[in-house]
Amino acid sequence: MFDTRKLEKNLKRRKLVGKVSLLVCVASTLFGIVLLGVLLIDIVRDGYAYLDSQFLTSFPSRFPARAGIKSALWGSTWLIGCTALFSIPVGVGASIYLEEFAARNWFTRFIQLNIANLAAVPSIVYGMLGLVIFVRWLNLERSVISGALTMSLLILPTIIIASQEALKAIPDSIRFAALALGSSRWQMVRDHILPSAFPGMMTGVILAMSRAIGETAPLIMIGALTYVAFVPERLSDPFTALPIQIFNWASRPQHEFHNIAAAGIIVLLLLLLTMNAVAILSRNHFEREQH
Amino acid sequence: MTAVTQPSLKGRWRFGEILIQTGLFLCAIVSVLTTLGIIWVLLSESFIFFREISPLAFFTGLKWAPLFEPRHFGVLPLISGTLLITLGAAIIALPLGTFAAVFLSEYSDRKTRQILKPILEILAGIPTVVYGYFALTFVTPLLQKLYPEIEVFNAASAAIVVGIMILPTVASLSDDAMRAVPGSLRYAGYALGSTKYDVSFRVVLPSALSGIVASFVLALSRAIGETMAVTLAAGATPKLTLNFFESIQTMTAYIVQVSLGDTPAGTIEYQTIFAVGLTLFVITLLMNFLAQKLLARFRERYD
Repeated sequence: MFDTRKLEKNLKRRKLVGKVSLLVCVASTLFGIVLLGVLLIDIVRDGYAYLDSQFLTSFPSRFPARAGIKSALWGSTWLIGCTALFSIPVGVGASIYLEEFAARNWFTRFIQLNIANLAAVPSIVYGMLGLVIFVRWLNLERSVISGALTMSLLILPTIIIASQEALKAIPDSIRFAALALGSSRWQMVRDHILPSAFPGMMTGVILAMSRAIGETAPLIMIGALTYVAFVPERLSDPFTALPIQIFNWASRPQHEFHNIAAAGIIVLLLLLLTMNAVAILSRNHFEREQH
Repeated sequence: MTAVTQPSLKGRWRFGEILIQTGLFLCAIVSVLTTLGIIWVLLSESFIFFREISPLAFFTGLKWAPLFEPRHFGVLPLISGTLLITLGAAIIALPLGTFAAVFLSEYSDRKTRQILKPILEILAGIPTVVYGYFALTFVTPLLQKLYPEIEVFNAASAAIVVGIMILPTVASLSDDAMRAVPGSLRYAGYALGSTKYDVSFRVVLPSALSGIVASFVLALSRAIGETMAVTLAAGATPKLTLNFFESIQTMTAYIVQVSLGDTPAGTIEYQTIFAVGLTLFVITLLMNFLAQKLLARFRERYD
């Protein structure tokens, strides 16, 4: 006979297991979110007191009270500007080639696999590449341009992959319509595909840029300086950058410098936040315009 | 009507077209050149090192002390330091990430996921130097309160923050994998009388396994290549140990140490960074290939 008591007991146990596992899953999800909160609160608490206009407009100093991030802020601005200039055209171009022009053959698959692998190469390895190729071979020295070229190679895979996603999201009907009306491939891309894919590409590009702004290891490899008391004026000038300056302060033993590092981190995170907000807002703006 | 002379439609755009197509092709080739550049730089510079130090001594030596006399060039302590950090990070990130992915994919509704997932992904976007600071000024003092005998620079604090750092990679990619499992499998499970737990953990999870393992491999490869957090928090003492409370040194932290120091370029001491870099590159490359293989297998099954 069918033993209903046993069945009910069994069902109860299974429901309990379900409840416990749900609890574990919720806790695991919250773990990361809570830690994000703890990290942000800890940093703001440490660095808030040092964050004033003097901090933003002074050069680094041996004295914690006088130290500032002017040179790092300018260095990062130069670096990101040049990196954008090099990497966006090449990255978007590569994604257009792969999505709209390339034949579906082994060579395209090879390029694609190669890009996926490059995206996961440790950033410090890019630093070694930059050190040997740009700093030594091309004799560009430890300059803004060496840093920007290295950074461009580093974020290129991210830009290509994100732009490809944006292109893939464009329905084929648009392509067929353009080609059917007699436009060439490039006319189709220029007049129809690119305008539609633009918001998606922009989001990917800004995310890649925010990765570049926080990268430290490759800049240390190519020899960005840790103490710079001037603002770069040419591509060939030496420079420092926000994460380098933060690293330098954080690695000192004195407690005051740790707080200055925290103040630098706040500036860096605010910069990242602004960039991401711009990415989201502009995407919303362009999407509204299109529909 | 005058007869319209037929313009040569055929060749009209051809030259510009070819020019543009070639330009775009060259953009794509930059990525191939980057890979070739990396391989060439690491091999040729390591070759200078391996002319003086035999690869056998390098890969099997138990002592790493290239900067001071008597010098030793055994890379195993650096590899073990890297693996110790990766192990600690894995203990934190793999289970938590998987459970978070189960929650995002199976339990939460669309709206909750759309809020939680981006917040979790912020963790992956925070610069690694920030994690280093957090490890040094928050995690280590906390650990010191719990275990007073822990060293100021220790593997534990670095491993914890690296674990936090790679958690979103595991959660996000595993969530994608589990959501790619067709609904029919879930309905079949419910039709047979399964509870939500049974369906989530005994139907969906195993079905998405190759995708989930791929996320593990990618996350761990990130942990192996992680540089700034371990440089700031784990110390600069290369040693063969499994003790999380001691100061150690990873491959990446060693490379940073040399390039920040005043070791003259071109000396055998300096060339060590390329041999270590080559080792690091090969390890992460193999892991990435493995992850790609697993992902390809996963896609083959469900796409």
